[in-house]
Amino acid sequence: MQERKVSSGSGIGWVAVAVAALGLVGALAGCDGRPWNDPNVGFDPAGPILFQSFSERPKHLDPLSAYSEDESLFISQIYEPPLQYAFLARPFRLEPLTLARMPEVVFEAADGTSLPPDAPPEAIAFTRYRLTLAPGIRYQPHPAFSRDAAGRFLHHDLAPAVIAGLRTPYDLPGHASRLLEAADYVHQIKRLAHPKLHSPIKALMANTIVGLDTLAARLREAHPHDDYIDLRAFELEGARVIDPLRFEIRIRGKYPQFLYWLAMPFFAPMPWEVERFHAQPGMRERNLMLDWWPVGTGPYMLVENDPNRRMVLARNPHFRGERFPHDAAPALASPALAAAAGRPLPAIDRVVFSLEKEPIPLWHKFLQGYYDLAGIPRESFEQVVSFGADGGAELSEELRGRGVRLLTAVEPSTIYTGFNMRDAVVGGDSERARKLRQAISIALDVESFIAIFRTGRGSPASGPIPPGIPGHLEGVAGMNPVTHRLVDGRIERRPIEDARRLMREAGYPEGVDPATGRALVLAFDTVAGGPETQPVLDWHRKQFARIGIDLVIRATDYNRFQDKIRGGSAQIFQWGWNADYPDPENFLFLLHGPQAKVEGGGENAANYRNPAFDALFERFRLLEPSAERDELVARMVELVREDAPWAWGWHPITYSLHHAWVHEAIPHPVARNTLKYRRVDGPLRARLQAAWNAPVLWPVGLAAGVLALLVALRVRRTRAARDPARPATSGVRP
Amino acid sequence: VIRYGIRRILYALPILLGINLITFVLFFVVNSPDDIARMQLGEKRLSPEAVQRWKAERGYDRPLLYDATAPGIEGVTRTILYERSLALFRFDFGSSDAGRDIGRDIATRMWPSLAVALPTLVLGVAVNVLVALGVVAVRGSALDRGTMVAMVALMSISALFFIIGAQYLFAILLRWVPISGYADGTGAWRFVALPVAVGVLSGLGGGVRWYRNLFLEEVGKDYVRTARAKGLPERLVLLRHLLPNGLIPILTGIVVVLPSLFMGSLITESFFAIPGLGSYTIDALRNQDFAIVRAMVFLGAVLYMLGLLLTDLCYALVDPRIRLE
Repeated sequence: MQERKVSSGSGIGWVAVAVAALGLVGALAGCDGRPWNDPNVGFDPAGPILFQSFSERPKHLDPLSAYSEDESLFISQIYEPPLQYAFLARPFRLEPLTLARMPEVVFEAADGTSLPPDAPPEAIAFTRYRLTLAPGIRYQPHPAFSRDAAGRFLHHDLAPAVIAGLRTPYDLPGHASRLLEAADYVHQIKRLAHPKLHSPIKALMANTIVGLDTLAARLREAHPHDDYIDLRAFELEGARVIDPLRFEIRIRGKYPQFLYWLAMPFFAPMPWEVERFHAQPGMRERNLMLDWWPVGTGPYMLVENDPNRRMVLARNPHFRGERFPHDAAPALASPALAAAAGRPLPAIDRVVFSLEKEPIPLWHKFLQGYYDLAGIPRESFEQVVSFGADGGAELSEELRGRGVRLLTAVEPSTIYTGFNMRDAVVGGDSERARKLRQAISIALDVESFIAIFRTGRGSPASGPIPPGIPGHLEGVAGMNPVTHRLVDGRIERRPIEDARRLMREAGYPEGVDPATGRALVLAFDTVAGGPETQPVLDWHRKQFARIGIDLVIRATDYNRFQDKIRGGSAQIFQWGWNADYPDPENFLFLLHGPQAKVEGGGENAANYRNPAFDALFERFRLLEPSAERDELVARMVELVREDAPWAWGWHPITYSLHHAWVHEAIPHPVARNTLKYRRVDGPLRARLQAAWNAPVLWPVGLAAGVLALLVALRVRRTRAARDPARPATSGVRP
Repeated sequence: VIRYGIRRILYALPILLGINLITFVLFFVVNSPDDIARMQLGEKRLSPEAVQRWKAERGYDRPLLYDATAPGIEGVTRTILYERSLALFRFDFGSSDAGRDIGRDIATRMWPSLAVALPTLVLGVAVNVLVALGVVAVRGSALDRGTMVAMVALMSISALFFIIGAQYLFAILLRWVPISGYADGTGAWRFVALPVAVGVLSGLGGGVRWYRNLFLEEVGKDYVRTARAKGLPERLVLLRHLLPNGLIPILTGIVVVLPSLFMGSLITESFFAIPGLGSYTIDALRNQDFAIVRAMVFLGAVLYMLGLLLTDLCYALVDPRIRLE
């Protein structure tokens, strides 16, 4: 009897504990007044903060090495190269960023005498760029700049014990700043020659900037094993400080595209103090490398650097105060942009980037309002976006009801199906091979590919140059007559009969290879994917089968696929290129003979080599924007359409969404330093987040009810057991 | 015991060498040093000279297993295998191929892994024991059979289903917890609650079936019968007499996994965006970072063997009949 009494009390106790635990969880979850499912712990949604995601951790944050989108996302907000793209200008236009004015360009003959601006390109041996910095630009606060009263750096010779206790550079006391100097830009250019630093543009610039290769050789000789080299002790002929605000860069010959490189972080300023600070012994072991802790003059500074979880940018208190631009292109002009014009930048105090590798959680967090911007996962695209009769994209009613806005932009990228021009069947400049390639180009119905596999997120390519880049022509003027034709004023793909005719003319009637008497067998080299890639491969097989070709899929891992492309053993493959800068040269060079992958180790993956094209290209690349240049581009595009080293694929279209509280989110396909232009309405966000994410509590009530019922039953049973008139039952089994 | 421990450690060395060798061979069958360099440097505008320089800086320009051109023992020591493996046995993991200090990364990322793995283990064992005791109490009944069917069903469901289902139910429909993410300090519980619940639920089927079998072996023994004969109610028989004896194999089963808790869970951490060692390993595999992969495999092997050693010691501690020889 005593046991049962205890038992009853214990049962009630357990129930009480469970109910209390539920209550505690609820209280803890809701104690800060925020929705329970808010993942942005520690940040006030009502504040001027932008919440964004990133999908891949950056590999490098040193502007010398960083090249990918994942890296640009961060460093472009921190480092400031001399130039930038005008945010609201279309077509894309460069403008000064840290410069007082655009660089002064001086052409020189081989003997060093100056040449007039209209000097013929072949007479130009060198080009000198004189750059003048705007005064008063300061670096973000950083301990590397801190000095004592005697002018000695406080943190350049730290004791090992001090370094061992650091989590971030900002743990050190005394953060200082200094003015941006011309020497910082020259220092960064010298770093291109550093033997231990890797930059993707090292080889390109060694051939461009005068003396860079010489400096690299001297550094290799003097410091073959040193990670840190005091580059101030070395002179670089092609990069020279004139005075604290002026410097010049001297390059070989004429290279008009060089200005675009000056808008990339590769040419951002690097204060020597910061490099020296991070070179101290023990810093690397704490992951406190310059490659991970950028220091710049831009609108933001990296204050939290956990690439496994979260990266946080905070407003640089010393940012000089850029203003929102006035000069919106007509296509972009709106009352909202007009109202924003002249507003001080940046408008956002913090940008919180959270790592999201899986698309579904990212998508739902966006729907819950915890991310301000997001792309649309492939799985949800058709539920979210529909296309009207005019082809315009429209958001679903539910999202529109939430105030979500859709932004679309054609990426400056080209995805293509390449033919290896070294291949005996599809390659070469014979009429037979050319007609075969043309036939395949017609048979590959890119429009249907985009509709089926890209759910409309692509624009069919008619040549190598994507929309938005000079040289790309829209409509009939831009039609590729090899693969398309005009019918009743509409451009449509040529019928499959045209492709079959070309196959007959190429000597493959009905796709039959006369050498074997069977269907011509071609190989499509690709990276092995999961089951989801099978329909894409099947689609390719069907397209080739329409002209009688038996397509064999040669799937392999990514490394072997790259090996095949480098070695020239692939036959047909899919490849792509994303623009470095908005100039047709950045796409046409992909077809320049000397840049062939196999022979030159360049980016011409198809190994296309046409002397006529190469001659045009070599003339075109030296020209400033002009009618003559446009004419050359048109002729080159015409040549490659005819030769068809690529079956023209598509230019991806990005669809991105942003919530009603995000303003001035204008997509700029080339510029990466655009966070400074954005603005958020924090109070609206906080209000909507709370409204959208109120926890559903009825299951808690139900659970509490069930628990109460169980307690009641238990109490009743206990009382019944105490009643001698009612014998207690036992659950004991023999 | 000390001699036994030393002997086990000595046994472990050739096993670790073998594991290291297998990892090395498997990794380099799929990835060449050139591939690793390209992965780190990026494919765009990458020159062959840059690849060679990167390899030389990190010692990837050496032969993989044997240098036929080197004299004597240097034929073995001047290889990627030797240079990359030796330091591991000093627990010097060195730098990742991306340049970060691996030891530092491990020290940072083991805490989020532990924050999920430890509560999952403790709660999982508690729930499994309670449910197993419950079904033992009603053994042979329809409830017992029904529970076992449910447990088999739970075992048959993929962990991914539990993860996605739980995220949908608790984070999207009910909005009780964030769908994924992590926070330091006390704020972590919001993010850890769901992966822990999923971990407990997905392990319930196997755990309950195993524990039930263990308890059923004990329930027919004399000491249980004696306890019943004293008039103890079944609940106390189970909790005071059966449970302590049934716990011996359970505890040893727990001890074996204890060291491995640091290593985290590959799938759970990836789906819940927990920045632990599980996602660290997945990222390293994806990025072909051999330095991290070999460090994690080595560490996993060491911890597993440590777990086995602790298990043996625990056996001796809890069961005096067992002697360590």
